[in-house]
Amino acid sequence: MGFLGDPIKFIGDWLKSLIAPLNLPPVWETFLSTLTSVIAVASFGLLIVIFLIWVERKVAARFQDRLGPNRAGKYGLLQTFADMVKLITKEDTTPETADKVVFNIAPVLSVVSVLLIWAVVPFAPTWFGTDINVGVLYIAAVGSFGILSILMAGWSSNNKYALLGAFRAVAQLISYEVPMLIMLMVPVLLASSMGMVDIVARQDMWFIVVAPLAAVVFLISAIAEVGRTPFDLLEAESEIVAGFHTEYSGMKFGMFFAAEFLHIFTVGVLFAILFMGGWRGPGAEQFPLLGMVYLMAKSTVGYFIAIWMRSTLPRIRIDHMLAFNWKFLVPLSLAILIVTAILHKLFAATTLYIPAMLVGNLVIFLASLGALRAVAQRQRKQRKPFKKRPVAKAA
Amino acid sequence: MSTVQIVFLFVGFMILLAAWMMVSRSNLVHSALWLVVALFGVAVLFVLLEAGYLAVIQVLVYIGAIAILMIFAVMLTRGDVESLTHITNRYAGWAAVMGAFLLFGLVIVLGQWPAFQTTSPEAIESANPVLDLGMAFVSPDGFTVPFIVASVLLLAAFIGAIYAAFPRKKGE
Amino acid sequence: MLLDYLPIAVLVAVSTILAVVVVALGGILGPRRKDKRKSEPYESGMRPIGPGTRKMPVRFYLIAVLFILFDIEVVFFLPWAVVFRQLGLFGLIEMFVFILILLVGYVYAWKTGALEWE
Repeated sequence: MGFLGDPIKFIGDWLKSLIAPLNLPPVWETFLSTLTSVIAVASFGLLIVIFLIWVERKVAARFQDRLGPNRAGKYGLLQTFADMVKLITKEDTTPETADKVVFNIAPVLSVVSVLLIWAVVPFAPTWFGTDINVGVLYIAAVGSFGILSILMAGWSSNNKYALLGAFRAVAQLISYEVPMLIMLMVPVLLASSMGMVDIVARQDMWFIVVAPLAAVVFLISAIAEVGRTPFDLLEAESEIVAGFHTEYSGMKFGMFFAAEFLHIFTVGVLFAILFMGGWRGPGAEQFPLLGMVYLMAKSTVGYFIAIWMRSTLPRIRIDHMLAFNWKFLVPLSLAILIVTAILHKLFAATTLYIPAMLVGNLVIFLASLGALRAVAQRQRKQRKPFKKRPVAKAA
Repeated sequence: MSTVQIVFLFVGFMILLAAWMMVSRSNLVHSALWLVVALFGVAVLFVLLEAGYLAVIQVLVYIGAIAILMIFAVMLTRGDVESLTHITNRYAGWAAVMGAFLLFGLVIVLGQWPAFQTTSPEAIESANPVLDLGMAFVSPDGFTVPFIVASVLLLAAFIGAIYAAFPRKKGE
Repeated sequence: MLLDYLPIAVLVAVSTILAVVVVALGGILGPRRKDKRKSEPYESGMRPIGPGTRKMPVRFYLIAVLFILFDIEVVFFLPWAVVFRQLGLFGLIEMFVFILILLVGYVYAWKTGALEWE
């Protein structure tokens, strides 16, 4: 099939033919092939961040009716390189009373935790880092290292504001992990497997059609997990200085920054895999490269929605944010899971499957809207009437 | 020595080292972070035992929730950065000697135990351990009752934690 | 199946090395001008007041506990979800009992105000 048909296999075979004359024991061969594929995945992740930062700045600028960076290179494509060079050559300040070891480990852990997610992402029918049978839970577990890195960053700075920012950030992150985990169960339920490759293989009908509300709740809680507006208290520049990474400068800050951008794109990719069919599309089975193209195209949908939300919504206060999560999202996600389970069981192989699921989702949606309306009405009735107060007159 | 054995020895050594560092640091936050290393080592051990689901749960629940809770608790209850506790007291030397004796005696006694001489039976090979776990949870002659009891236990934890944080105020 | 986890171990090593190299590069390539003002903790330009650490309110602790409980609930949920296709009514009822008992705890948390002022 040649190079274009399956580039990875082509390159893999070529590399294997290079080391075959050395006659190494098979253990070394597996190790070397794993090493090359892992290095490919890790570099893909890091390199795509450079492109993503450019996309983000351009799209956010267009939302704000301006052009975005367009000086460095054609269309501003080299802007991110310029920023990277600037960050690398900045001075690496460390506060005197900071905890040096923990201070330095935190940004590394942040980047590692995001890169680890890419190990289980299936780019194409045969291109993936690994296919462990607990892929979905692995993603959630790896996210917890990121949470730990935020705590480490806030603590080791020995700075009141950094620590307070870190606490609030961790409270937000662990709160929103609950509805995300519950919504991760919906594709697992529908595909009967926790492995990412299996979930994609079972999506003859995209899961977003079968469980749209689950997809929406997953996207909302995943965006909150990353720490984007409207949930970006993690780094609210106008509030507690810069949150948990107040004391970081130079490339260490760059690592946190890059980790966040990569994380939001990873969320887009996961949304595409879990709910939009991943690499599936016409011709993807024969040409894996097409499958990867489809996956990237679909993940830009989730990514674009995240940028869209960032450009249009204001920041939510921490208590509103946590109330939204614990009082609304958690019961909603449990209700979605139960209803999806019941309807899936009742209608599984019949022709009424998709309409029934859609009706179920619609019912939950309307019920939650009705509940919100009832709560708002009750709150409005309880509010004291507005007393007319004298208005100051300008003499 | 197969690769798995080498990895096991390395991971075991790492866990023991992390546990030792955890109890010997005077800075409590450092202790908590060494605990995280030890828990991660346990997760790797689960992977070596081909229990992938348990390994991932170990990371998700222990490191992602319980270790964070402990770090929160440490930061909630300490007044300043440097701890004032002493790690060892006057009798540290004698305690080490007695501990060594105890370890020696235990090793000898357990060495005589017949079960230690035989290799344990291999775990049942299964194509999909998670599937088997799920079936075990829901079959009546499986682990259904412990499943429900676990939920009651979680309810008790819920109520206990909330009560501990919000004690009933007098006169309310 | 054990071999499935090898790429993850290699990825941990590779990404750690990559991140450490980049951070070290930043440290090497940057200037090194130590200054008393730069080394103090940042407090919007003033001298820092008070110790660098303080007590945190109880509600952070409560959120962490709630998270642990829901986390373990999800851990029990997942194998059930994987075998869901083969379950009969018994499996469904059992899971609903599980959720119901946990909902009791959740409602208790709501009523006692554990979810407030967060």
